[in-house]
Amino acid sequence: MNRSLFLGGLLSGIMLLLAIVSFVWTPFDHAVMNIPDKLQTPNGTHLLGTDHFGRDILSMVMVGARTSLAVALLAVGIGIGLGVPLGLAAAATRGSWLDEVIMRGNDLVFAFPSLVIAILITAVFGPSAINAIIAIGIFNIPVFARVARGGSLSLWAREFILAARVAGKSRARISAEHILPNIANLLIVQGTIQFSLGILAEAGLSYVGLGAQPPTPSWGRMLAEAQTLVSLAPHLAIVPGCAIIVTVVGLNLLGDGLRDRFDPRLMEGRA
Amino acid sequence: MSLLDISNLSLSIGALPILRDVTLSIAAGEILAVTGESGSGKSMTAFSVMRLLPQAAKIQGAIYLEDEDLCALSEVEMCQRRGRDIGMVFQEPMTALNPVMTIGAQVMETILLHTDTSAADAQAEAARVLTRVGLPPERFPMDRYPHELSGGQRQRVVIAMAIALRPKLLIADEPTTALDVTTQAQILDLLRDLVREYGMGLMIITHDLAVVADLADRIVVMRKGEVVERGPTLSVLTHQRHPYTRMLFEASAHKVTLPAAPEAPAPLLEVRNAVRDYTTPRKGWLGKPGRFRAVNNVSFTLHKGERLGLVGESGCGKSTLTRAILGLEELQGGELLLNGQPLSQQRSPAQRQAMQVVFQDPYGSFNPRHRVERLVTEPFHLSPDAPTGRARQELVGQVLEDVGLSAADAQKYPHQFSGGQRQRIAIARALITRPELIIFDEAVSALDVSVRARTLDLIADLCTAYGLTYLFISHDLSVVREVCDRVLVMQKGEIVEQGPVEKVFTAPKHAYTQTLLAAAPVLPDITPTEPLEAPA
Repeated sequence: MNRSLFLGGLLSGIMLLLAIVSFVWTPFDHAVMNIPDKLQTPNGTHLLGTDHFGRDILSMVMVGARTSLAVALLAVGIGIGLGVPLGLAAAATRGSWLDEVIMRGNDLVFAFPSLVIAILITAVFGPSAINAIIAIGIFNIPVFARVARGGSLSLWAREFILAARVAGKSRARISAEHILPNIANLLIVQGTIQFSLGILAEAGLSYVGLGAQPPTPSWGRMLAEAQTLVSLAPHLAIVPGCAIIVTVVGLNLLGDGLRDRFDPRLMEGRA
Repeated sequence: MSLLDISNLSLSIGALPILRDVTLSIAAGEILAVTGESGSGKSMTAFSVMRLLPQAAKIQGAIYLEDEDLCALSEVEMCQRRGRDIGMVFQEPMTALNPVMTIGAQVMETILLHTDTSAADAQAEAARVLTRVGLPPERFPMDRYPHELSGGQRQRVVIAMAIALRPKLLIADEPTTALDVTTQAQILDLLRDLVREYGMGLMIITHDLAVVADLADRIVVMRKGEVVERGPTLSVLTHQRHPYTRMLFEASAHKVTLPAAPEAPAPLLEVRNAVRDYTTPRKGWLGKPGRFRAVNNVSFTLHKGERLGLVGESGCGKSTLTRAILGLEELQGGELLLNGQPLSQQRSPAQRQAMQVVFQDPYGSFNPRHRVERLVTEPFHLSPDAPTGRARQELVGQVLEDVGLSAADAQKYPHQFSGGQRQRIAIARALITRPELIIFDEAVSALDVSVRARTLDLIADLCTAYGLTYLFISHDLSVVREVCDRVLVMQKGEIVEQGPVEKVFTAPKHAYTQTLLAAAPVLPDITPTEPLEAPA
């Protein structure tokens, strides 16, 4: 196991664990305000301190992890669920009108600045976690479509695909049975990277108030609320900021590690 | 004093020993052929001389170029030797050239790197060298890119790069393996002339004994990282002292016995006036796309029980024709008949099962993530009467045993098999539906000679057991001569000659067939004169 895979797995694993634990237990109720305890620095009772309403920051970060990971995961799910079939279809019908329509459609989506359009979507349809998921997910579709198409094209020239065609298998069947398992590694690596980008996008949308709505905590909104108090209580901004950094760095390292592990040049030796 | 002296060279990569006690020498102006099958360490010997080895490689022994021990040099000093004192020609000319650099610039690069000449002088020198290798700048301007040249012309550029500074030693690693026979003959002639003219030493690495016999002054035969036999070409050919050498020669000239061809021919596959056009890119924005006719008015009949060969050089249209017969590509004209019934691109499962194919590359022919059982039964796709359950398992076991594997192999993955075994799995996949026709598309071209000999034996045995009818596509004339009754010769999309193999090969009528046969290197018909001795 290589170092970046280990470190990335460890950091992402910690965040995932925090998110899962938050379902059954948090040190305090993240939504309960306790004004007398406001703006405490980290201490024995409140491990990461409290905010201006006296809410426990550790509890909020834990529940916030849940929100961030869920939004990013579902957004990646939309990207894979729609993008991969489109990419496979484009590769299977290479050079046809379908290929052109799919790939030029991708170019069209790519041409828009993603965060601005995400803001537009959430502003039009109302700010909510669901709309944030959809807005981020749409921009994942062309990414996965391109990766899937690129990976498939070289496979379509391989002889085992020809053999399957000689056996009379349809293009759709070949795509599912022969192509998809062989590009899974590419998709996993790309998925990890898109996942970390999704966390960032969610934080960005929440920061401007277009992500998950109160009282659901979210890292981006915690940052936004800490903004005015930063000179008074810097830990309010530092804690959610660090949570974002750890998650994104962890996922990127994980993606790098997985890419090394799945390197096609090393595949033959290990397979 | 010889030019290159390798003594007791041992090489290991990690814990894996690659070479053991390799000793060989080359004199100036001499051609030494290093031969052996894959995994024999012949290429690694060459790479050791250049020290183009993986990081984990450990090297022992001495490599003297004239009176300098290359093993004792630092990497920086080695860089000065490469290209200036030692030139190298690689197997695949397309990947050995940088696709975004012009051929002139690539030849100049070697010159500028090692000498203090000005760019203008280097260009003049590059032009001279390119002229020498048969690419005069008048006809092949130096601002051409590699993709604008044919395979043989590209290999000439690679040779020009290697000899630009008149190195003392030239190493050629399978320089003609990727080329057609007629091109191969020209490249070998060029190498031979250059060696004589410049007084270079040439170390040529090849698996092809016919090339060796034709070209080399001396031979070194390697097996599993060791030298098993060495000596002057004629002596090695006539004595064949080591059993491995003898086995190699026998396998290269392998004869198989086919059952007799059927007496009363009944047509199985008829191809009538087949035409396949490709559109070429349009010239400019408003130009019309051009057309390239890959298969031009091809007609032939394949009879039941007949073994038909199809030979031709790359680009002659034989692959396109194969794909059209298999229904992978549409024909623009003409028709295909199987048992008198017309075949379109849309085929019923029964029609598909009647025709199976074995491809060239034993490594690319299988989905690496499926087990053999699933791979072999793929032709049953959509078949209404495919066996299921136990009957299916038994059938898979049976067909695997028929191709010389065991029934237990059904649960393994393709990477657990060697290249030759994988080709047997490919044959099993083609046999399982008991097809009326099998197409072998360069099916033995990627195999080592000994494996190829055994595969050809298998095909001959299967002819008896299964009563095979096949179309055998190959660029290797000697193989076609062994395993076919009749042969078609294809050139530029047309069939220029056809007839029984013996007749076509001994008395070719068409000029192109004559050229092909003349260009193919032939193993001299020598029977070993000495009894086998125990190897030293």
